[in-house]
Formats: sequence, C-alpha cells, structure tokens
Amino acid sequence: MAVRRLEAAALDALFGALRRRGYTLVGPTLHDGAIVYDELDGADQLPIGWTEVQDAGHYRVVRRDDDARFGYTVGPYAWKRYLHPPALRLWRAERDAEGGFELLDDAHEVPRYAFVGVRPCDVAAIAIQDRVFMGGAHVDHDYQARRAGAFIVAVNCTEPGGTCFCASMDTGPKARAGYDLLLTEIVEPGRNGQRAEPVYLLEVGSERGEELLSELGGRPARDDEVAEGERRLAEAADKMGRTLDTHGLADALRRSLDNSRWDEPAARCLACGNCTLACPTCFCNTVEDTTDLTGAFAERTRRWDSCFTHDLSYIHGGPVRVSLKSRYRQWATHKLGTWMEQFGTSGCVGCGRCITWCPAAIDLTEEVAAIAASAQARATRRQARVAPSPETGKGVGDAATTR
Amino acid sequence: MAPLVSAVSRTADPFVRTGKRPTLAVWKFASCDGCQLTLLDCEDELLAVAGQVDVAYFLEASSATVEGPYDVSLVEGSITTAHDAKRIREIREMSGKLVTIGACATAGGIQALRNFAGPDGGPDVSAYAAAVYAHPEILDTLPTSTPISEHVFVDFELRGCPIDKHQLLEVVSATLAGRKPQIPNYSLCLECKRSGAVCVMVAHGQPCLGPATQAGCGAICPNFSRGCYGCFGPHEGPNMPALGDRFAELGVDADGWLRALRTYNAYAGPFRKEADHVERTRS
Ligand code: SF4
Ligand code: SF4
Ligand code: SF4
Ligand code: SF4
Repeated sequence: MAVRRLEAAALDALFGALRRRGYTLVGPTLHDGAIVYDELDGADQLPIGWTEVQDAGHYRVVRRDDDARFGYTVGPYAWKRYLHPPALRLWRAERDAEGGFELLDDAHEVPRYAFVGVRPCDVAAIAIQDRVFMGGAHVDHDYQARRAGAFIVAVNCTEPGGTCFCASMDTGPKARAGYDLLLTEIVEPGRNGQRAEPVYLLEVGSERGEELLSELGGRPARDDEVAEGERRLAEAADKMGRTLDTHGLADALRRSLDNSRWDEPAARCLACGNCTLACPTCFCNTVEDTTDLTGAFAERTRRWDSCFTHDLSYIHGGPVRVSLKSRYRQWATHKLGTWMEQFGTSGCVGCGRCITWCPAAIDLTEEVAAIAASAQARATRRQARVAPSPETGKGVGDAATTR
Repeated sequence: MAPLVSAVSRTADPFVRTGKRPTLAVWKFASCDGCQLTLLDCEDELLAVAGQVDVAYFLEASSATVEGPYDVSLVEGSITTAHDAKRIREIREMSGKLVTIGACATAGGIQALRNFAGPDGGPDVSAYAAAVYAHPEILDTLPTSTPISEHVFVDFELRGCPIDKHQLLEVVSATLAGRKPQIPNYSLCLECKRSGAVCVMVAHGQPCLGPATQAGCGAICPNFSRGCYGCFGPHEGPNMPALGDRFAELGVDADGWLRALRTYNAYAGPFRKEADHVERTRS
C-alpha cells in the first residue's frame, strides 16, 4: 500500500469517519498536568502544541513552539486500561432456596474503541497482552471481545522521550504491524513566533483501515516526503532517552537470583506497585469474592494487582515474597527474563513508564544493566579460575572440584 | 495492632445461617464521631443494615439502648482515661466480634501525639491540656492515647480517618456472612493507579504518603491533585526511610517529614519508628 500524505485537518475527518462507524474514540488529552488517554469528542481535544519532559520519577508537560498533535510520547496509563480494565465484575450470583446459589445473567456490552495515537511500543505491548490473554488454552473472553472491536490508529515516534528505549527492545520508533492505520507526524520548527502546522504520512495496516481512506482526503506521498519520514524515524532510534543491552540478558538474570546487587533497588523501592500498574504488559490480577449485607447476593470482581503486594504471592501460611528484594527481583526478572519462557517474547517493550512513574525514581534499565554486568564479571572470574594453568595444563581447580 | 487476618474470617457459624438477627452495638471512646457518622452516611444501605441486624446500642443514632451481650461491636475512638480502659474490657466481655473503626481506635488517633510530647519524646499531656482547656486541672486523663488492641483482643481493625463507607459495609457484610473481609493491606498507589489519577509525586513534584499508606479511601487526595496524608496508616510493608529520602529530594526538610508522619496515625508502628528515628538523628 502506497504511503499517503495528509494535512492536519485530515485528523478531524478521521475522527468523524471512526465515529460514524460507531467507535468510541479514545486518545491522548491534557488532564491534571499530564497527557493521558481519555474519551475524545474531536481532534481539537488532542494536546495540540504540548510535549513532556520525562526522567526517572519525573514528568512535566511543557509547551512546544509548533502545533504538533502528537509531539510527546507515552503518559501514565497504557491502553490496557481499556482492554484489561482496572476492575471488572466477573459474575454475580443469588442464593437459592436450597442453600446453593444461582448465577445471574450479567451480560454487559463491551465498548468498541478506536484508539488514536497508539505509539509503536504500545502497539507491541498490545500484541504481548494478546498472547497473555488469548494465546493459551484459556482465553479471556472479556479481553477478546474488547480487542476484537478495537480499531488502532498508531503514531510513529520521531521524538522519543527521556525514558524511552523501544529501539533497544526492537519495538519502535516505527511500528511494524498490529495497527489499522499508521501515522508519522512531520512538523517543522516554528519561526518568528509562527507556529507550524504538522502534516502526516499515512500507512494502512488492515482492510478496516483501507476502507476509511476515501474519507480522509490527502494525496499519494512523494518519494522525498516518504524518505523524509524514514530519515526522521532513523534519527529517532539514536535519540532514545535510555538504552538496554538485551544480548544474553535473560540468561544473565537467570544466573543472578542470589546477586547482592538486588539490595540496591530493594533499599529504595517503596513496594508501591506503580511500575507494574503503569506497565502496558503487566497482567496480574486479584480476584475478590464479596457478599452483600443480606447475604443473598455474591459477586466476584477482578482487579489489577501487582507482584509488589504480599497478597500476590500469598499461599497457605503467608506470602512467599516477603522481602522487597524478592519482589523487585520478581518484577525485573519476569519482565526481562522468565517472560520469554512463558510467552516467547520479552515482557518489556521499552516504553519507559515504569521508570518515569516510579515515585522512588528507580530506573529499570540501570538496575538490570548493573545486574547483568555483575553476572558477566562473575562468569569471567569463574572462567579465569578454571582456565588451564601453563604449568600443569589443568585448571586451578577444574570444574569438577569447584562446583 | 492486632493481626489483620482475624478471627472474623474463621467464624464457623455465620449469623446468616442461624436465622436470628444479630445484635450490633456502636461504641465511642476518644474520637470525633466522624467514623460513626460514616455509618449514618450509609443512607441507601442503612435500611439493609437495619433489616439484617438489630442495632441494639448506637447513641449517635438513637438514645434507645438494649442491654448486651452483642454479637458485633463496632468501636470508635482510643483509650485516654483509666475509666475507658476499664470500659473497653467490659465491652469486650459482652461482644462476640469486636471491630475497631478508624484511626483513633486502630492507632490512637491524632490525640496520640501526646505519646511523644514530653521533653524526652515520651508521653506528656500537660502542654496540650494547657493549650486546649481553660481549666486543665479538672481533667482526669492518661498521659497516653492508645489503640483498642493495646487493651483487648480485636477481631478486625478497619483503618481510615475517617473510615471509608464501602469498607465499613464490606466488613459488616463479611462479619455477618462469616467470611474474611476484602480489605486490602497494600499501598494506596494501587488504588491511585486503578482510579486513573495522575501521580502527584511524579507529575507535580508533590510529596505524597501514598507509597507508604494502606489503600482504602480510593485515592481521594491524589484525585484532587493533593498528596496523600496517610489517613489509612502504614501499609503491609512500607519502606519508610526510602520514602523519607524521596521527600527530601522533593524539598521536604526533616521537620516537614516529621509533620507528615505525625498526624492521625502517628502512633502506628512504621510511622512512629520512622519519626522516632528522624527525631533522634536530626541535629
Ligand atoms: S517494563 Fe517498563 S519500560 Fe518495559 S514495557 Fe513495562 S513499563 Fe514499559
Ligand atoms: S512483573 Fe509482576 S505484576 Fe507484572 S506480570 Fe510479572 S508478576 Fe505480574
Ligand atoms: S520499583 Fe518503583 S514503582 Fe515499582 S514498586 Fe518499587 S518504588 Fe514502586
Ligand atoms: S499520587 Fe501518591 S498515591 Fe498516587 S501513585 Fe503517586 S505516590 Fe502513589
């Protein structure tokens, strides 16, 4: 499919076209000092001319000198808020005359969302949650229904944020698949107080997306315009706020469960769980059964949970992960290590949310790099110990004796 | 504080199956009545409560009283007089389940500030009494304000200053059904993130006690762009020194950190220990 070039006004047309098809539009908007996702009426509610500064434990919105519609990266909440809501009633039941109970019809309409402004890391995160909730033998029906209805307008990132490292995780700054439409925003810096209007390169990723095209206007993009988009995205890959060397990382983490370096994040970690709830791929839930005052009705509710709570690892007798060290380690090793064995991908897409929204300013990339370096140093030391000595031709203590 | 997984959760004979309407009593000790008001505030649900239990003793709502014993006692307030120390034992004697409601009953309340008011950081009520009352000499009060659990066995402790209405209904429903109340012990931040609030620490640089505070209120303050004041007391395992460091990085000095810790839950273990430490170590 050829790339098309659109004017900024095409976003209004896009919102209109999606609305006419019955979608509930959700996109980024300014709220309480942050760019969050919310239901939008029109493209004028996008954070026009805003961007943000992100660092570990730090986030501030600031003005831009142009009228970019997508001149920022990701905010505190991922799209999982809509696909995997923070609280969901699973069923209701009523006590029956025989002392048993009967399930009540609890069918509810699942909203059909159009997500506008999904960043490449988040497109990848949705694909990861697809595997978690739909990839195995037991499909999560609520997620499946929400997901099937969702229309995804992705937006590539020409300006990565301070905690972004999607280039390291191979999920961005350009989205590869998993969208219906894909935009690249091109905006020139404002001059002499004149704020520049952005233009867009549009790529189509699905039939649903294709079907909308005729309503969006624009024209086929020229080769030089396409090349300019590619150039900006290639540059963006080198401008990531963070990097993470993933080579051999899962293995290094597996060999580092007893590494004393975990003590450092553990000393700072507040066990607040913000990292896991902000993370677009974390899926842990708690399931709560309650009865009402009369004792005649019961219901079961699922809520977002976190491996930083005691309850998540509670088994008979008490929680398994009591120390902060064990909980921080669980989080980091699951995201970047054991997730591979479990779902065949990394559990991290490099969106940087866990770094930015950690109130203790703990940087996952920094902690994990330190652990990996320490594991590497340990391996090197061990190798030196078992290397053949020039005199005897045997290791100082060969493998059999040093085990 | 009493263990959070309490005898309530192990009730073998839930009231609902015995067929008789359990009796409920509501007791007041040193407190502001705010938690009892929360019960009165359950307007829509009060009829259901009244339908399920005999409210046998609740002076805030009615002057009519029925003599004990009571199946369930809700206790508001802390112990600040010798007379109350005796009274709570009598109430325990005539109560099947005893549930404390609110920060006063569960942690001593704001009035527990007297527990640290002495020149050596120990209990002393004289300065406060002189500041508040025209004739402090007529007061007959203990030098301390202590939680109910320091005096008698408590079946369940409901946190909050004041308590949350939904949590109260949940504890009453659970107690009647003989099941464990679904009252989480984890950090407020989980509720904050679930509610969709923007983190005030990260986005506004505002100090917030949420990362050390137990969930329960639904993150009211962060949803109004304010940091958490810690009304629900310390969560299951707060890292107080680390949060103190973070407050310092946000520009809060030792006095400010001390003030943040010494409010409604000043006497609750982790808050108290951290405050003691700050007081000992600051110059
Ligand atoms: S682990 Fe952190 S950077 Fe990776 S996907 Fe989750 S929130 Fe984003
Ligand atoms: S990192 Fe923790 S919260 Fe996230 S999915 Fe893994 S165990 Fe669950
Ligand atoms: S790493 Fe940060 S966000 Fe995660 S639980 Fe610890 S303090 Fe909270
Ligand atoms: S505002 Fe406070 S309670 Fe909410 S996430 Fe931030 S630190 Fe936690």
